[in-house]
Amino acid sequence: MSATFALPMAEYRFPVRRRASGESALVKWSLIGTALAFLALFLFVPLAAVFHEALCKGLDAYIAALAEPDALASIKLTFFVAALAVPANLVFGVAAAWAIARFEFRGKSLLLTLIDLPFSVSPVISGLIYVLIFGAQGWIGPWLQSHDIKIIFALPGIALATVFVTFPFVARELIPLMQEQGSEEEEAAIVLGASGWQTFRRVTLPNIKWGLLYGVILCNARALGEFGAVSVVSGHIRGQTNTMPLHVEILYNEYQFAASFAVASVLALLALVTLALKSYVEWRVRHETSDPVTVGPQE
Amino acid sequence: MSSRYYSWIGALALVAATAAQADSTLLNASYDTTRELYRIFNTAFAKHWKTKTGETVALKQSHGGSGKQGRTVIDGLEADVVTLALAYDVNALAEHGNLIPKDWQKRLGHNSSPYTSTIVFLVRKGNPKAIRDWDDLVKSGTSVVTPNPKTSGGARWNYLAAWGYALKKFGNDEARARDFVGKLYANVPVLDSGARGSTVTFTERGIGDVLISWENEAFLALKELGPEKFEIIVPSISILAELPVAVVDKVVDKRGTRKLAEAYLRYLYSDEGQDIAGRNYYRPRDAKAAAKYAKTFPKVDLFTIDEVFGGWQKAQKLHFDDGGLFDRIYQAKK
Amino acid sequence: MSFALRTRHSVLPGFGLALGFTVLYLSLIVLIPLSAAFIRTAGMSWEAFWRTVTAPRVLASFELSFGAAFIAALINAFFGLIVAWVLVRYRFAGKKLIDALVDLPFALPTAVAGIALTAVYSSKGWIGQYLEPNGVKVAFTPLGVVVALTFIGLPFVVRTVQPVLADLGRELEEAASVLGATRRQTFVRVILPAILPALITGFALAFARGVGEYGSVIFIAGNMPMKSEIAPLLIVTKLEQYDYAGATAIAVVMLVASFLLLFALNLLQWWARRRGGQDS
Repeated sequence: MSATFALPMAEYRFPVRRRASGESALVKWSLIGTALAFLALFLFVPLAAVFHEALCKGLDAYIAALAEPDALASIKLTFFVAALAVPANLVFGVAAAWAIARFEFRGKSLLLTLIDLPFSVSPVISGLIYVLIFGAQGWIGPWLQSHDIKIIFALPGIALATVFVTFPFVARELIPLMQEQGSEEEEAAIVLGASGWQTFRRVTLPNIKWGLLYGVILCNARALGEFGAVSVVSGHIRGQTNTMPLHVEILYNEYQFAASFAVASVLALLALVTLALKSYVEWRVRHETSDPVTVGPQE
Repeated sequence: MSSRYYSWIGALALVAATAAQADSTLLNASYDTTRELYRIFNTAFAKHWKTKTGETVALKQSHGGSGKQGRTVIDGLEADVVTLALAYDVNALAEHGNLIPKDWQKRLGHNSSPYTSTIVFLVRKGNPKAIRDWDDLVKSGTSVVTPNPKTSGGARWNYLAAWGYALKKFGNDEARARDFVGKLYANVPVLDSGARGSTVTFTERGIGDVLISWENEAFLALKELGPEKFEIIVPSISILAELPVAVVDKVVDKRGTRKLAEAYLRYLYSDEGQDIAGRNYYRPRDAKAAAKYAKTFPKVDLFTIDEVFGGWQKAQKLHFDDGGLFDRIYQAKK
Repeated sequence: MSFALRTRHSVLPGFGLALGFTVLYLSLIVLIPLSAAFIRTAGMSWEAFWRTVTAPRVLASFELSFGAAFIAALINAFFGLIVAWVLVRYRFAGKKLIDALVDLPFALPTAVAGIALTAVYSSKGWIGQYLEPNGVKVAFTPLGVVVALTFIGLPFVVRTVQPVLADLGRELEEAASVLGATRRQTFVRVILPAILPALITGFALAFARGVGEYGSVIFIAGNMPMKSEIAPLLIVTKLEQYDYAGATAIAVVMLVASFLLLFALNLLQWWARRRGGQDS
């Protein structure tokens, strides 16, 4: 076994099942049963309800609901906002994980807590704080107005609120993973003369890429689906500042239940597509002969 | 493809915050239940404006809870006109944002409300609980659905209508009126945050025996969800809900849209505007339109908020502010 | 750098850049905007602030928001661990699909989640119709709040534990079993310590997310004052009355409480990691 220890951790990420897992079949299946029952109760049934409602008027109505100009405008806006928010938080997430998982410094727990904070801030508040700053009654609102710059009730405000809400996702996915992996491989690479950037690209990135991808997927999913915070800063102008979740609400409030759930189901489908994509990439990478990074043995 | 690129460029222009504004766009910030009304009215007005001036006007709508919409405009949403559910929310534009003069309500006819509504009951077909009037709502075993007056304008009208009825019944005895309204809210199993939310709770979730609702909302529910499922019950007396409209002076002066905005609101008072209101179950002010839709709207004995409560500012303070009478209903219960 | 850098990992470069960027971005996106809430509240007198946040209705809503979020996070920690375990360790039909579906609470707009849950759990819903005759009322009760928050927080534990569990080499477990440890001993002594930080993180995030949740809860909660009214709803209520100071006062209390809880959990984790580090 000692020989395998010398290989980088990345090789074990998806180990070929060499033998049955340690539990008895009874334990195994009751665990699977419990997991499925839990997911069914809290996830599958509500989800099925969404698709049931979306399709209850037939496929034509479903497609018509999505092809409608206001729906299309909301889909475009939503993607554009996500395209701004996700890369910003991706860069931040990697930087934060590098600082936190690879170095010891005072105030680290504080920093971690502050990074978590946007999760716990009520969406109502995360919208409100931008209104307090950029609103007509806010700190710099009057100045913005006199220069005809629109932040809230326009795209920049929606993007800001989305960045805020999805702020911790990538960082929070990477930090535990990088802490768990330890920094021995990177240290070895540096000692062997690699530059910092090379080390990051050739050693760190291959090790964290799945975590990174998870983080991006979650960040993206949440960016597309955010409702509360965006609702506060959007102004709800039809065909202009309504994102998909807001459009869902509008349709629901117009008794267009099927159309409303149709748009909602697109958001659900998008998440499924990104995850299918992820599985495909995983599969491709596993079938490639990756060039293993040569690093020293771990203790 | 090119349209997609165009929209991306458009979005980028928004980022740069230099989006060019066509001088013939108009934004109407309205409340939740007027969507259907203004969709039809906007088409009619755009046509009217085109034949009159030759200009093409793009009419944009923003909908939400009445209070929320008022606040959004105060916080900087550039709405040229507001069409809200209660005068209190339009007053806020004058008080908190200095966006309109304090005497805004005198600028247009009929207290600046081109159409009105009232509060009625929606019950399940056949009226199984035999609900006829407000008294039936306080009986034990009757489940009443109404939204939260703290967050919904419509809910405040509901509450005041019940209160007004009780005052009249008990000869202006405040304590007994309070007891009556307290009993009514003891029968409420869920307080949705908006009027539409309550309608959905009652119609789709099957909660409650009776929904206290805007008249126009009740008619719309019948039309959209099936007259075979529900029926409208009109109480002996109810409140006259004046639905105010106003040009937002600060916005129209900045954007140079005053002429258009004023014409837009005036058109609500025109023959066609009044007819559209009636067709969408709002009670028109104009005698001719009112006569045309007289059959739609049952006769109800209506009182106004000024008569019974001395206006919105007083009613809000006494009943709905924190620590007000509505709060005390629930604190007494605990 | 004012941060005292211990020498253990100092071989690696990029600390200043990474931390500097982290702090800058954090300040711009999170700290400065949040300070707006604090500064707005600072305009109130202490008495007014205290009166606002200790009003019986506000206290009842805090109790519900924090209590329901805590219960929901516990449910998620327990079942989320099982789900993550099952997804990483076992093979069964439909696994990929289930793996993909776990993220849906993130993707679904919260309002849609609220509407769907209400539809499913109300007295005429798919699940509610079987619960109600047995005396379990979910929709429009505090229990409904727990259900909504469980849904909202579901992916957190699964998604934080899953990658760590997947990363955990089987060799240690195999070694443990070769050395005579039972499966349970292996789990408690070998696996659990390794995934505990991630588990705590997941719990903390699910909890923190639940405390402030609004969109999904208002549909299913019933919103009755003193009973099923959540704290964020009271913020909205205050805003409707143009009471910005009152709204931010409640917001500030929620912010401080979540901050302290998250901070405590992060300290606990840091401590656990250090202890773990010394053991090995």
